Amino acid sequence: MTSGLQTVSPASGGLAAGLWDRLRRGKAGPVAVVCLAILVIWYAGAVYLNSAQLIDRYGRQKIDWTASRLIADAWSMKRPVLPAPHQILADLDSSILKQRLTSKRNLAYHAWVTLSSTLVGFVMGTALGIALAVGIVHVRTLDRSLLPWIIASQTVPILAIAPMVIVILGNVGFTGLVPKAIISMYLCFFPVAIGMVKGLRSPDRLQLDLMRTYSATPLQVFTRLRWPSSAPYLFASLKVAIAISLVGAIVGELPTGAQAGLGARMLVGSYYGQTVQIWSALIVAALLAGAMVGVIGMVERVILRRAGLTG
Amino acid sequence: MAAPEAAATVAADKPVIEIESLSLTFQTADGPVFALSEIDLTIGSGDFVSLIGPSGCGKTTLLRLIADLEQPTEGRIAVNGVSPEQARRNRAYGYVFQAPALYPWRTVEHNVTLPLEIMGIPAAERRERAERYLELVNLRGFERKYPWQLSGGMQQRVSIARALSFEPELLLMDEPFGALDEITRDHLNGHLVRLWQRTRKTVVFVTHSIPEAVFLSSRIVVISPRPGRVIDVIDCNLPPDRTLDVRETPEFLAIAHRVRQGLRSARSYDD
Repeated sequence: MTSGLQTVSPASGGLAAGLWDRLRRGKAGPVAVVCLAILVIWYAGAVYLNSAQLIDRYGRQKIDWTASRLIADAWSMKRPVLPAPHQILADLDSSILKQRLTSKRNLAYHAWVTLSSTLVGFVMGTALGIALAVGIVHVRTLDRSLLPWIIASQTVPILAIAPMVIVILGNVGFTGLVPKAIISMYLCFFPVAIGMVKGLRSPDRLQLDLMRTYSATPLQVFTRLRWPSSAPYLFASLKVAIAISLVGAIVGELPTGAQAGLGARMLVGSYYGQTVQIWSALIVAALLAGAMVGVIGMVERVILRRAGLTG
Repeated sequence: MAAPEAAATVAADKPVIEIESLSLTFQTADGPVFALSEIDLTIGSGDFVSLIGPSGCGKTTLLRLIADLEQPTEGRIAVNGVSPEQARRNRAYGYVFQAPALYPWRTVEHNVTLPLEIMGIPAAERRERAERYLELVNLRGFERKYPWQLSGGMQQRVSIARALSFEPELLLMDEPFGALDEITRDHLNGHLVRLWQRTRKTVVFVTHSIPEAVFLSSRIVVISPRPGRVIDVIDCNLPPDRTLDVRETPEFLAIAHRVRQGLRSARSYDD
């Protein structure tokens, strides 16, 4: 997760001085190499994937073409199979910086729409996941009865249920953010529940026996032993949860033919063959996911350090 | 009752622990395992009793039975005249485990005050007790450290301070120094014997080290290999101001010899 974040941050950070500093100290070196490799493969791939269409067009228009022309055209098509990175950057520039921030044409507005339902779904999913884990750890019958259903819930493809959730909730008067947040919640409660079951059970026998010698109440065992023991597991789960929560929100935006959100932009892009627009939305989604995982990582470091669990 | 003369030698008005024909059988997938068989033992107030025996003889299990961490199959245990469960609810004993079992997210001070928090003792007194008992185990100045910043021996001393912090009259110690090196162990044995002389708490101490048992104890209970039985109870009245040098004296060596013979006889008995 963190390494994924690191590959993202130099592209988004723009702190050239900081980057250079890190490069010299050797941390950013490998990251830069990976970024460079991705760019090379990407540009080569754009030429490879777009050339067939271009050669076809050259043939119809009876144009003599050279390799350099093919490459230049492959990197500047209006509707390429695979757009080149600089085209996406240009599109990001025009759709974010060149628009009013409140405009519905601004990609940042769409990102915010998706982000808001992602975060609401994430909070609900985390709460649900923790609640289920607490129940499973403390009540033996729940362990047997709930866990199979929780696992089964994740074997259903989300793309299959998302439209039903949207339609059903739409019928009872919920539209907009809530249905999308519920789809996010549906995806992200799972890693939290599984991680927290493991985390709440992580205290060893001696640590539990100790509580027994004090005649501690179950609530005291929970607050003073099980909950703090589970912190590292919780954060690992949250990083997975926030990323798939974003996936859930985007999937939730597809079936409505949604008017707003990154998912809507991708859908509209694919209707009209606007591959550059799809890719812009994808990049923004990736940056959002990276940033959110990064924020959780920061919170994790602060909390675990304060709890003395890391140096 | 085993060795009533021995019980009389300690200045005990009433026994702290009474064990009568106690047996414990674990039911496992491979059939029953006879852990303890027909144990009779009386431990008086202010006694330092070591349970010594080979690994797996059930001495730890016996301690866990006293602590109500296991349930006997047969027989009777009374702690302070009540059942082990009632004694546990009364917080009659402090238990020191083989491992320090400190909570890594708590500082040294907050590990020591953990039982006090659970027992609802106010914060000011918690702090004062942590200070007092960390002083007692020579760990003043480490209050703000986390367990991983301490050596194994220091961690085990924290766990002793934690067991003392709520001032139980009975200390149950399960091979507390077993995982430590010889030098640290000697050092902590010296600590413990002075601590016992100062506080005169009743201590039940599980070990498989003969010198440790002889050095620390007022009585030594030798337990046979599984199924654990009491095969000898040895009085052990070395001078109260003893130091580690006492281990060179003939008295010490005589007791150690008797313990060793007890352990040896048990082995041949079992094979």
